[in-house]
Amino acid sequence: MTTVRNFVRSNVRNPNAIAYFLMAVGALFFPAVVQFATGGSGDYLVGLAADGGIYMLMAIGLNVVVGFAGLLDLGYAAFFAIGSYTYALVASNHLGVTPIGHSLHVPFWIALFIGMFVAATAGALLGAPTLRLRGDYLAIVTLGFGEIVPRVFRNAGIWTGGVPGISALDVPTLPGWVQGPWIGQDFGWVPDFRFTSANLTAYYMLMIILIAFVVILVHNLYNSRLGRAWMAVREDETAAAASGVNTVSVKLLAFSIGAATSGFAGAFYGAKLSYVSSENFGFIVSVTVLAMVVLGGMGNIPGAMLGAIVLYFILFWLLPNAPGQMQGLASSLGLDWLNQSNPNGWPGIGEVVSRSKYVIFGLILVGIMLLRPQGLLPSQIRKQELTHEEPEALAAPRQLQA
Amino acid sequence: MSAILRVGGVTKRFGGLVAVDNVTFEVEEGEVFALIGPNGAGKTTLFNCVTGFYKPTLGTVTFRDRNLTGSPPHRTAKAGIARTFQNIRLFEYMSALDNVRLGHHCRMHSKLWDSLFKTPFERSEEKRITEHSMELLKLVGLERQSENYARNLAYGQQRRLEIARALATDPKLLLLDEPAAGFNPQEKVELMALVRTILKRGVTVFLIEHDMKVVMQASQRIVVLDHGEKIAEGPPAEVRNDQRVIEAYLGKSA
Repeated sequence: MTTVRNFVRSNVRNPNAIAYFLMAVGALFFPAVVQFATGGSGDYLVGLAADGGIYMLMAIGLNVVVGFAGLLDLGYAAFFAIGSYTYALVASNHLGVTPIGHSLHVPFWIALFIGMFVAATAGALLGAPTLRLRGDYLAIVTLGFGEIVPRVFRNAGIWTGGVPGISALDVPTLPGWVQGPWIGQDFGWVPDFRFTSANLTAYYMLMIILIAFVVILVHNLYNSRLGRAWMAVREDETAAAASGVNTVSVKLLAFSIGAATSGFAGAFYGAKLSYVSSENFGFIVSVTVLAMVVLGGMGNIPGAMLGAIVLYFILFWLLPNAPGQMQGLASSLGLDWLNQSNPNGWPGIGEVVSRSKYVIFGLILVGIMLLRPQGLLPSQIRKQELTHEEPEALAAPRQLQA
Repeated sequence: MSAILRVGGVTKRFGGLVAVDNVTFEVEEGEVFALIGPNGAGKTTLFNCVTGFYKPTLGTVTFRDRNLTGSPPHRTAKAGIARTFQNIRLFEYMSALDNVRLGHHCRMHSKLWDSLFKTPFERSEEKRITEHSMELLKLVGLERQSENYARNLAYGQQRRLEIARALATDPKLLLLDEPAAGFNPQEKVELMALVRTILKRGVTVFLIEHDMKVVMQASQRIVVLDHGEKIAEGPPAEVRNDQRVIEAYLGKSA
């Protein structure tokens, strides 16, 4: 009991510990709260949150690349695509219609790791020739890679299903599952459980477990020899090399581990949607994930997670619902005429809000960055980098050494 | 005594500029060896050739009978050559302790797997290098600054922290690039005491220095470079009276 008390006491002022705690509690109670608030019809929202988890996984992975190792990766969605397509190929009938002629139905739990492994390999292959580049050059190369990969998938004909993509992917299965009031049923044991779109809570819980798994591993990495080397490479590559760090291989590992996380998220995405198409992996995905990392607080795992939650909420809940909300607001204020389109070119308030969706999004981003340039939950180091002007200690009186 | 480092006919050209021109010398194990010369003589370029930051245009670098010519910096560090920089290069936003812990990188054996799952091996290795880092911080007199960011240390402390980080790579040869630059007389005395301590740990010291007092007192042998060429070599007393050295520093007498 005292150890628990000491643990709480030592972490009560640590913003990261608080953020982890709040996110864990929020994640666990979210389905129940949503079902209660919506009177049992909140399955859609729980599913939306599970999709948000995909972005969160990607933000955690990109944070390793951008935040820890300081490598600007603008084509991160490419690895997401590779993970998804890998899952689609090994867990559907699709390989049967390719020249191979035999379809594979690898179970989800294994295919997830195959997707991760293939994405990590792709990351290493891309990284090996390019990570000698520094800064902006690397950003351009990754940008190109991010554009190439979806195009390859679109044009690889029979292998990737071309423009329509691959559909009817296998869903995850489990030998059993508990059901309960959170999906509007009595408590009970369901044998031979299949994850379907009728039970999105199951996907949600799976997502939470995957995120917890990835967070623990990435957290361990950050506090290891490798995490230290990443920081050193980010701060001063020359000094890191002189101190015995193989900078190329350390950067390659960051790149690969980021890609692996993205591939992991991609495989989950394929399984949940049961469908992949090259349209879903555009530049906008890479940029959104990057914005999540920057806005949340680069180099800090809970920061990136928080950034993912906030941006996902804005992009996929706030903005899509904003037109309806505005219409409701207008009519409740007795301004119904705002909702009507008129011949002078006024299309109605809902339409106006809907058209200016991305303007609003941009304004929100700018607003957040103005208020908190270091991110919502910055790492201590980044905070220092941004707030320090001149090293005062240089001018300060020398401390006497014992 | 045997030679720990052999620099054999090293030449470094940048386009038409010859920064180091056919320089040959040997550093003996267990001595303090100094490299001096006027500004722009090619001293730091030679350091960069030895530590792998530059690949010599011609010539060889042999360290403990291993040919290290053109090896990348992390290899030379692993082979046992550590260095500091003329303009201090610390990881400014890492704590003093983390700076020194990073120096252990190339001597650590934890694999990716160990780091991912925090295996007992990784934990004990981290514990060991943390203790060793504190020891090194104590050696350079920074044990009370261990939690401070490197950038918040005073100038002299930063120089000493850089030496501690270099020692963390467990070197056999330590290259110090102008370690006394910007030091007051008291700090210079402390630095020379530190160099002696380092020698006692079995590390050979090879330094570039402008301060003649430090050079003459601390080093056993000196090589003088001017315009990239070696113009003199020998014990301090001999070099001090060498006609070419005096000319290089003061110009020809009329």
